[in-house]
Amino acid sequence: MIAFLRGMVLLLMLAGPAAAQSDLRPLIDALGAGSGFDATERAVQALAATGDPAAAPVLRALADGDLVTRTSDGRVFVGERDGRTYALTDALTGEDAGEAARGDVDAIRVNNRLRRAVTAAMGSLTLQSPSIRQRMNAAQAIFSARDAEAIEALDAAIEAETVLSVANLMRQARAAAVLNSDRPEAEKVEAARIVAARGDRDALVLLAPYAEGEGELAEAASAGVSAIQSRLTLIDWAQNVFYGLSLGSVLLLAAIGLAVTFGVMGVINMAHGEMVMIGAYTTFVVQGLMRAHAPGLFDYSLLFALPAAFLVAGAIGVAIERGIIRWLYGRPLETLLATWGVSLILQQATRSWFGASNREVSSPSWMSGTIDVLGAQLTLNRLVIIFFSLAVLLGLMAVMRWTSFGLQMRAATQNRRMAAAMGIRTPWVDAMTFGLGSGIAGLAGVALSQIDNVSPNLGQSYIIDSFLVVVFGGVGSLWGTLTAAMSLGVVNKFLEPYAGAVLAKILVLVLVILFIQKRPRGLFAQKGRAVEA
Amino acid sequence: MITTRLLGNWGGRAFVAILVLAAIFMPLSNAFLSPGDALYVPTTWVVLLGRWLAFALLALALDLVWGYCGILSLGHGAFFALGGYAIGMHMMREIGPRGVYGNPNLPDFMVFLNWSELPWYWWGFGNFWFAALMTMLVPGALAFVFGWFAFRSRVTGVYLSIITQAMTFALMLAFFRNEMGFGGNNGLTDFRDVLGFDLRARETRVALFSITALALATGYLVARAVVTSKLGLVLVAIRDAESRARFLGYRVERFKLFVFTLSAMMAGVAGALYVPQTGIINPGEFAPANSIEAVIWVAVGGRGTLWGAAVGAVLVNAAKSWLTGFAPGLWLFALGGLFVAVTLFLPRGLVGTVEHGWSALTERRRTARDEKGAGEDLASKPAE
Repeated sequence: MIAFLRGMVLLLMLAGPAAAQSDLRPLIDALGAGSGFDATERAVQALAATGDPAAAPVLRALADGDLVTRTSDGRVFVGERDGRTYALTDALTGEDAGEAARGDVDAIRVNNRLRRAVTAAMGSLTLQSPSIRQRMNAAQAIFSARDAEAIEALDAAIEAETVLSVANLMRQARAAAVLNSDRPEAEKVEAARIVAARGDRDALVLLAPYAEGEGELAEAASAGVSAIQSRLTLIDWAQNVFYGLSLGSVLLLAAIGLAVTFGVMGVINMAHGEMVMIGAYTTFVVQGLMRAHAPGLFDYSLLFALPAAFLVAGAIGVAIERGIIRWLYGRPLETLLATWGVSLILQQATRSWFGASNREVSSPSWMSGTIDVLGAQLTLNRLVIIFFSLAVLLGLMAVMRWTSFGLQMRAATQNRRMAAAMGIRTPWVDAMTFGLGSGIAGLAGVALSQIDNVSPNLGQSYIIDSFLVVVFGGVGSLWGTLTAAMSLGVVNKFLEPYAGAVLAKILVLVLVILFIQKRPRGLFAQKGRAVEA
Repeated sequence: MITTRLLGNWGGRAFVAILVLAAIFMPLSNAFLSPGDALYVPTTWVVLLGRWLAFALLALALDLVWGYCGILSLGHGAFFALGGYAIGMHMMREIGPRGVYGNPNLPDFMVFLNWSELPWYWWGFGNFWFAALMTMLVPGALAFVFGWFAFRSRVTGVYLSIITQAMTFALMLAFFRNEMGFGGNNGLTDFRDVLGFDLRARETRVALFSITALALATGYLVARAVVTSKLGLVLVAIRDAESRARFLGYRVERFKLFVFTLSAMMAGVAGALYVPQTGIINPGEFAPANSIEAVIWVAVGGRGTLWGAAVGAVLVNAAKSWLTGFAPGLWLFALGGLFVAVTLFLPRGLVGTVEHGWSALTERRRTARDEKGAGEDLASKPAE
């Protein structure tokens, strides 16, 4: 602390005006002159009014409780207690000023109000700092403190400011200060408008007291308050929609693969969740390998994990289809039981291989952080996942629509025997289709590793939801799956504030069950003769 | 009263006989023999067997809907757990002022949550007979409402399985919440006694075993009465060709609803017998995995055999106890392998395969005899 101060002060001595010191001395000594917090606060404001940056470290020392007054001559020093004595240093220059016994100095006590005063004063002192960040922080501090003393300092700073956004922030700070001062009504009304234009929660808190009572100011303030409130409601709503869509896209990712295996093939794969889990663990393994062999590319590890997860999960899917499911076609309940067995085996295998505890999967730098869209905070990783899920869906549609494999898949679904008669190798198509569905589940696992715990139970939490999404959307309809996932996600998020997370989930389950009553074949039911009764 | 129709073939008879004998023998063995004797059964064994028999009753209930009506319920664990909770609530009230907080009216967890009075739905559970009735009525009511919705809209097959799984999952989430008033994630535990008998006493435990064995035998007879009646034939018809049964004029929904509700009540009784023997009931019992594990008991024993399902439950649970004893990590591999192997290689289950082979054998003998006797004693034997 002391060394830092010394450095600060040296800098200031080189940069600041040399005359300043003599002006500041009496003001600094005044910090310890009065008795009680009020006197100290007045002294702080006097110091701040000079606008001299040299006073900043002194004030910081005051806020930290490091200032002491020497009783013999009333001088104020930075004092560092060392057992029975204090080591004194000059508050301005940082020079050693000898030692003093404990009885010869009084520590200047600070309370929270004084700390706030110091913060505001520091704000006004750093308004003209060369660093943009610091200027913004200073303006924000004044805005929060509504320090009427800082108006002149702000005026000077606004005059000198070259960056538009910082100048705006300073104007808002000035408006906040004006509201708190004894300036004429007209100025305050103008200030209320400026604060209202800021439009966030801080502005709301600031304006609310002025919205009471009569007069032009109250009207302006209450107009501002209601404008902000409606804007905040809108932002909240937008944020809810975003989180709903984000949840929906997670559901969608988990369900797309199922829409292939269950929707297209009619196979109930209870091990689908484990395919997602395998994708997540593949991500973990790929990241480990890259840490060891290609640390430079680590930020792109997810891009390497995607194909790897697709291939690993797809290969396991093909193995399951060839080994087990193909003997059980046309017997859905048996398939359900057998694949449940597979899911147990895969979970336990993961547990014995990687351990039962959560594994650490790191996020790349380009996926962390938030972006601010019109005041709504959107987390980047969720945004990426929303787009990724849509990309996967569109990719799958493209495969179904425009590749020969997709054509054969649809042929085998619609009329198996006819397709076989036309020379399509239906067993091969079955295996590939199942592999494709499982591979997509693996892709989902890569995405989910970014927002969920990678543990052997990862898949379990998604399996029921995925089935609900597919059934709700209508089996065999990818558009239905999309609609169902997004609407379930959004409904869930909008219920949460009223019902709590658990109840919201239960309500959604019940709603889906009731919906299936009305339309047993889901939102986008397949029509025609091919649909089995 | 008990006729050939109810007891069925040799297997069913043996099954009921063994249960009744065990219900009589166990208390005698435990009371009059000492740990050195050949026929002595230690109390821990009695408790373990008692729990398995409760599971067997659950498997029996599940076989009634799955084996005879084609409804694969993946939510029967919910009915089991509800029955358990009903009796658990009674035993919580029985604790009275002996809890940690010593509140005579409120269970400990409610005192802990600063509740001042019992919620309305705990009313009456202080009375044993009311609680005993509720062990059947609560699961029965849930099954009735759920089934009414599901069967009316003709949700069948796999869809039905999945929404039953969703049902038990939703109940699990609900019971985990403290505000529900069922003890949150700790569930109900620290039971002291039931009807004044100390639950930790050896005699009580052995008596519970006997009651469970007799309940299982009764459950078997009830289920057997259902499946051998005309109603049972309709159920099988629905299992094999639902739309055909509907075209013939049967109200398929009503039959399904009846058997589903009856089965849920049996499952509730199973849960009510299980909880006093384990001393705890918590929301984990609602876990979808538990329900699906019950399905494998039925599959191992044999679908549509009734007593086979019960045998399957005991066998699988015995294997589980034995395996988790020396290699805990292996159990899930074994269980998973069991699911795969039974569906692929043993679709009839153990008992089903044996019974099928037996009836094929007798059939062959009969045709051989018929050919020899040139049809002399045709129709002299009633058809099985």
